[in-house]
Amino acid sequence: MSVVFQKTKGLTDKQTHYCPGCTHGIIHRLVAEVLEELDVLGETIGVAPVGCSVLAYEYFNCDMQEASHGRAPAVATGIKRVHPDKVVFTYQGDGDLASIGTAEIVHVAHRGEKITTIFVNNAIYGMTGGQMAPTTLIGQKATTAPLGRTVEHSGMPLRVSEMLSTIHGAAFVERVSVDSPANIRKAKKAIKEAFECQLAGKGFSIVEVLSTCPTNWGFTPIDALKWLQDNLIPYYPLGNFRRPEEVK
Amino acid sequence: MAKVLMKGNEAIGAAAIKAGCKYFFGYPITPQNELPEYMSREMPKVGGVFLQAESEVAAINMVYGAAGAGARVMTSSSSPGIALKQEGITYIAGAELPCVIVNIVRGGPGLGGIQPAQSDYNQVTRGGGNGDYKLLVYAPANLQEMVDLMQEAFDAADYYRNPVMMVGDGMIGQMMEPIEFKESKSRFELPNKDWSTVGTKGARKPNIINSLALDPAELEKHNHKLQAKYDLMKANEVKYETYNMENAEVVIVAYGTTSRIVRNAIIDLKEQGVHVGLIRPITLWPFPEKAFDEVPADCKSLLSVEMSMGQMVDDIKIASNGRWPVSFYGRCGGMIPTPEAVMDKVKELVGGAK
Repeated sequence: MSVVFQKTKGLTDKQTHYCPGCTHGIIHRLVAEVLEELDVLGETIGVAPVGCSVLAYEYFNCDMQEASHGRAPAVATGIKRVHPDKVVFTYQGDGDLASIGTAEIVHVAHRGEKITTIFVNNAIYGMTGGQMAPTTLIGQKATTAPLGRTVEHSGMPLRVSEMLSTIHGAAFVERVSVDSPANIRKAKKAIKEAFECQLAGKGFSIVEVLSTCPTNWGFTPIDALKWLQDNLIPYYPLGNFRRPEEVK
Repeated sequence: MAKVLMKGNEAIGAAAIKAGCKYFFGYPITPQNELPEYMSREMPKVGGVFLQAESEVAAINMVYGAAGAGARVMTSSSSPGIALKQEGITYIAGAELPCVIVNIVRGGPGLGGIQPAQSDYNQVTRGGGNGDYKLLVYAPANLQEMVDLMQEAFDAADYYRNPVMMVGDGMIGQMMEPIEFKESKSRFELPNKDWSTVGTKGARKPNIINSLALDPAELEKHNHKLQAKYDLMKANEVKYETYNMENAEVVIVAYGTTSRIVRNAIIDLKEQGVHVGLIRPITLWPFPEKAFDEVPADCKSLLSVEMSMGQMVDDIKIASNGRWPVSFYGRCGGMIPTPEAVMDKVKELVGGAK
């Protein structure tokens, strides 16, 4: 019998704690597969955030550090400056990266730090129970925006990839989604390109991955994917914003 | 080695590099700026890295990453900057990472001032951030002592896997003194950093640097482990100096540059027939409680002299344990006690009317 599919060596055997229908599992798998395919698992140090993926250090099968809320890019900077020959990545959610960690993500890009960031954007704080994030859409309900987010009160949702793509040191910036098999394949391609960008020493690379939160959005997993397609993608357009040949 | 004349902040940098520090992450704040400036010049020469972070918060988290990656690493700041670093420091303590943090103390609260102070005593001796943890805290009184302690600070950090703080008031950072960089052998048998994240090379299970423990029983166990380490520090790392303790009517407790002012006052008082002793804590934590066993039983009073509003008084009372009354004299906000004012306070305590 031939093996047609097996779990990547990039993930441990630990059972994840993610809710049913959450797309973190898919994104973990894509990152792990890319690290395995690039044959860098043994040379990689990952940094986990605070948020739903706080326990990512138990799931990725490589050396890991757990950072304080929003500070993963600073922690990754410390690691990379000590080991410039290693692969260093951060895995962060939108509360972590787009709210409390905005200074750290802007400046890791500003320095052109040769690390890769996987930014999982599900437009809400998941771990703490569904509070409003800077990425929460207008009208979207959250436990701290019970009537839905308004522009007047909280401004327009923050488009992180667009913002970071204005920074010279951000060599690779792409927004992808994991709502369909085709988009999952595209997401993996972008993640691979981001790590290749790091390996080539081109600068900072980030992949923003639109993700679902069925639990806090209050949808079934299938409806959550539909909501992502109908609402998140129109506001957060998919595509590449920067790649190394554009960095002059 | 011949003596060299150096400014305190630069001497700290030179001593750290000599102690094998290869990585420095900092952020500008007065009165410690000469230290990161020195590191930016000198680190590249020894194959090390200096990086100016976007904030104190980022700098200490870079230290976390570098320490977790096995490096000998340092940061420096001054009081309000240290307050910002407290988030990172508690994570570093929780994850049991070694590093040295230099705090050139200035007056507070808030933005305060930029002149010398000792008003970070509570901030540095009580852990400083959330949770049960302690830093090993050195408070040298002169540049030579500070330079001599630097190797020990890095070694102790590695040995205990704990952050170590070097505290100097603004004067220590800004003054110039002749220094000799001595060769010293580590008194620690330093363990291998086999816990650090340097890549598994596919040859071992992943190493994880972490301070999260969601299971209460596990977190309690971790706290007990940390506490055992702090108990070991209390047993082995206390440093202090006593002076003129015999027949002392008053024993002054003072550290850092304040202790040098106090020493002058003690010499002058001796000429006037008043016997005053000095306990000078060199480690602020662990506090030198056993030094108080040298205080004469009929001593009239202990006197804390500080460049703060009596923050050390609690520790002196605990060490005194009711054996002697405890008084306080201090200046703050960047004002410096004069020997005359210290003498007046002592005379008041011994009952000699002015």
